[in-house]
Amino acid sequence: MATSQADAKDRQFLAVIGDEDSVTGLLLAGIGHVTAPPDSQKNFLVVDNKTENAAIEAAFERFTTERKDIGIILINQHIADRIRNRIDTYTAAFPTVLEIPSKDHPYDPEKDSVLRRVRRLFGE
Amino acid sequence: MSGAADREAVFPTRQSLGIMKAKLKGAETGHNLLKRKSEALTKRFREITRRIDEAKRKMGRVMQIASLSLAEVTYAVGGNIGYQIQESAKSARFRIRAKQENVSGVLLPAFEAYQTEGNNDFAMTGLGKGGQQVQRCRETYARAVEALVELASLQTAFVILDEVIKVVNRRVNAIEHVIIPRTENTIKYINSELDELDREEFYRLKKVAAKKQRDNAETDAQMKAKKAEQQRLLAIAEGENVEGEQATEAPAASEATDLPDDTPADILAAEEDEDIIF
Repeated sequence: MATSQADAKDRQFLAVIGDEDSVTGLLLAGIGHVTAPPDSQKNFLVVDNKTENAAIEAAFERFTTERKDIGIILINQHIADRIRNRIDTYTAAFPTVLEIPSKDHPYDPEKDSVLRRVRRLFGE
Repeated sequence: MSGAADREAVFPTRQSLGIMKAKLKGAETGHNLLKRKSEALTKRFREITRRIDEAKRKMGRVMQIASLSLAEVTYAVGGNIGYQIQESAKSARFRIRAKQENVSGVLLPAFEAYQTEGNNDFAMTGLGKGGQQVQRCRETYARAVEALVELASLQTAFVILDEVIKVVNRRVNAIEHVIIPRTENTIKYINSELDELDREEFYRLKKVAAKKQRDNAETDAQMKAKKAEQQRLLAIAEGENVEGEQATEAPAASEATDLPDDTPADILAAEEDEDIIF
């Protein structure tokens, strides 16, 4: 527990993987952050129809394992569906992966990996 | 695999019986405590799952409103501002802080959103037109992000609690179904072995007592016989016909004493032979 405690203290940013509108809105709220110039890494990724799944997975990998300053990852549900396997097998507590609805795709609680676990536990 | 024969490898002594009894007591106390911990965690867990369900639904509504206000911005500005915003994002104004909450010895993180003062990456956004809409959109999204952060902390707590409850339940079951039966078996085994030893000891004592009694009786009989013999010898000191009997007895006795003398001599000789061989 001690390691995760120290771990949690440094995590102060949110990260976004989403379509253009979601990312724009969240950046407007002020969550966008770009690290210092040498390797200036953004904490957001804009995904459109042309973005390949490999790129999404790479970004997801970068946010979850490589960067130690991200506490929450917001990902659009329809994008999460494209890398559903990765999201379902991701079980670590930090950073938290949160599936959010997007403008064009209504939110479906049945697909959410955490909500599915909630439902399974209650035997619904 | 906790069969009747399943027990710990201990020597059946009184000391290990004491150790096993203490262990059984400890296991039972631990089992009770862990069970209570598991119940407390499960209660918390159910509360959190219920709140997650609510928060997820709320998030859907909040994000819908936020998307609408972004659409207003796009309309007011009269073009897509996405690119401009992505390029001007430099430093996060909206950050999170992790706090710890202690539930029965489990540290649950809770995220708390806070806004840093003084850095505004989007001062120029909407300067030409639609500034008011941009401002409103920012506020809407800030509220949405706050809701998301709350949901995220619930979700983190959910994941951690899920894991911890599994571990605690596993321990409870292990103690209940493996450790306690095994310790009980061991105690039973030690008790039966100790009883067995007691019985053996009793039997041995009885045997020794019987042997002693027999020996005593024998020596008594011999003494009596001796006395009778002496009396008889005294009585027939003059008689000569008894002499022959005594003479036959004497050689037999001497033979009996000779035999034990011979055997050690043989053994010594054998050993000497072996020494010579090697």
